[in-house]
Amino acid sequence: MSLNEKAAQYWQANVRLLLLCLAIWFFVGYVLSILLVGPLNSISLGGYPLGFWFAQQGSIYTFVALIFFYASRMNKLDRQFDVHED
Amino acid sequence: MDLQTITYLVVGATFAVYIGIAFWARARTTGDFYIAGGGVHPIANGMATGADWMSAASFISMAGLIAFMGYDASVYLMGWTGGYVLLAMLLAPYLRKFGKFTVPEFIGDRYYSQTARIVAVICLIVASITYVIGQMKGIGVAFGRFLEVPYDVGLYIGMGIVFFYAVLGGMKGITYTQIAQYVVLIFAYTIPAIFISLQLTGNPLPQLGLGSTMADGSGMHMLDKLNGTLTDLGFADYTSQKGSTLNIALLTMSLMIGTAGLPHVIVRFFTVPKVRDARASAGWALVFIAILYTTAPAVGAMARLNLTNTIQVAEVGSPEGNLVYEERPSWFKNWEKTGLLKFEDKNGDGRIQYYDDKNKDFAAKAEAYGWKGNEMVKVDRDIMVLANPEIANLPNWVIALVAAGGLAAALSTAAGLLLAISSAISHDLLKGVFVKDINEKNELMASRIAMGGAIAVAGYLGLNPPGFAAQVVALAFGLAAASLFPALMMGIFNKKMNRHGAVAGMLVGLVSTLVYIFVYKGWFFIPDTNNLPNNAANWVFGIQPEAFGAVGAILNFATAYVVSKVTAAPPEHIQHLVEDIRVPRGAGTATGH
Repeated sequence: MSLNEKAAQYWQANVRLLLLCLAIWFFVGYVLSILLVGPLNSISLGGYPLGFWFAQQGSIYTFVALIFFYASRMNKLDRQFDVHED
Repeated sequence: MDLQTITYLVVGATFAVYIGIAFWARARTTGDFYIAGGGVHPIANGMATGADWMSAASFISMAGLIAFMGYDASVYLMGWTGGYVLLAMLLAPYLRKFGKFTVPEFIGDRYYSQTARIVAVICLIVASITYVIGQMKGIGVAFGRFLEVPYDVGLYIGMGIVFFYAVLGGMKGITYTQIAQYVVLIFAYTIPAIFISLQLTGNPLPQLGLGSTMADGSGMHMLDKLNGTLTDLGFADYTSQKGSTLNIALLTMSLMIGTAGLPHVIVRFFTVPKVRDARASAGWALVFIAILYTTAPAVGAMARLNLTNTIQVAEVGSPEGNLVYEERPSWFKNWEKTGLLKFEDKNGDGRIQYYDDKNKDFAAKAEAYGWKGNEMVKVDRDIMVLANPEIANLPNWVIALVAAGGLAAALSTAAGLLLAISSAISHDLLKGVFVKDINEKNELMASRIAMGGAIAVAGYLGLNPPGFAAQVVALAFGLAAASLFPALMMGIFNKKMNRHGAVAGMLVGLVSTLVYIFVYKGWFFIPDTNNLPNNAANWVFGIQPEAFGAVGAILNFATAYVVSKVTAAPPEHIQHLVEDIRVPRGAGTATGH
């Protein structure tokens, strides 16, 4: 496998991972927290209406988890394609 | 000890720490000055980014907005955190690999064009300076209120302190000072929240308290109680959506893209040693931000409940249901003195009625109670966080701590913005375009002079505030979203994007967003020059001016794509450059050459 091919494959794998993460980002931040807030509010999570909880708590926790998930998967990809630093 | 003395002690002690750190970490090279020598640990960098990011708006205003808007204020919570996901995945690691000092430098090199670099400098300066005016105003107000000095004296003190440590320390001093400021501001925010959550729900964690049952033995959930209390007084339900879905979604998107496009945040990721660290650092930054942002909804909801219950002491409509004005608590009197809280006895009964007199369905009930309109004629949203500990009867040292926290938030953000402005002037305009052979010592001097100049301009505008702080903050986000973010992202993700496309895109995004804002808010914010009244009925598809940044960004992407298709592809070496920044290996320390 040439250096160029390897770089192209690494980039493709990165973009696939990115699209997955952004899909989750959009689903939680926009679909659950904004579009479906009305119906979800009829379900309760402890004392929170569920839609309200996603908008003011759940979405923020999801964003944090997503970044660490992406960072750790990228560290693995870096090694797998041998493009990691030092 | 009285409140005044404790406030002096706490604020004075925190400032002594900041100045001590600035002196210890003073910058000796341009690398130290612009990017802290490139050796900041990702967790430390995340903490500094958190302080840099959370301004007076996050600390003082946001919980107040949530208290009065309920669910609809979620746009700020999600908008100002979700942007870090975009930053971590779409920009930070690649810009770190590119390894230069400033955002315009990347745009200039990637699009092989001085024009693109200058356009980026203009976008950066307009966005940052408008943002910094708001911080200067916050500093003046906070000093004025707590040290009981006039607003302008408070502003001069703040300018002097920012000048001292930002100019002396550069990024190195700012980074280490911001870590201390983060610690101060997060304690100042969470300690009162923990106390209040314990009082109301018995749960020490505000994030859980907000979803718990009341500690008053009623067994009701805190949010149900709040919804009930508010709707009994004709106010809107707290937890349901009130605004239009499209507008809420676009405003959230504008704030997210703006967050990822603001240069003073992006430049933070140039200070870490490795590409890997840039990804993790964005995550740590968001952890430190999330501690405040997940506490804010509890602070807002509990402040609203406490405020309403302070005034509505018993059953709604009963003769003894409302607080007698002469028996109002001392925090009420203190804030009345500032003019930010106002009472007017409309029905002359000597008691305070606080309800929604614009709700037509509630009007008949209010009439039957003998109420003649809402008597809390002014409740400024910005006082909620500062007044919160007093409303809940917390000890004086907590109130003093909140003052120190508000100042830490405003000062840290002002310093980061000023650094972004000064590096754009000294590094991008002087060294990059006009005086290419400037030596390092002179460049360092020029950036310090530029920073001094920026402080003077921001201070002057803060002394004579044009009266549009809230609008300009929204403008800063809209501008960054519509101009810089698309150019940066396409520079990494689209190898074929060329200079014509990027420049055309930035200009279309910038101008369309500016025009949409000016049509509703007045040209250059001059009152009465707006073409259409600024209300929902006149907005295109119900999109408010603050939310237009997302549309501007889409126009930017579309224009750039079309223009790049019909003009010459970028040269071979630029396409290789893009391939190179996509791969982590080989990242050196950032340089300015």
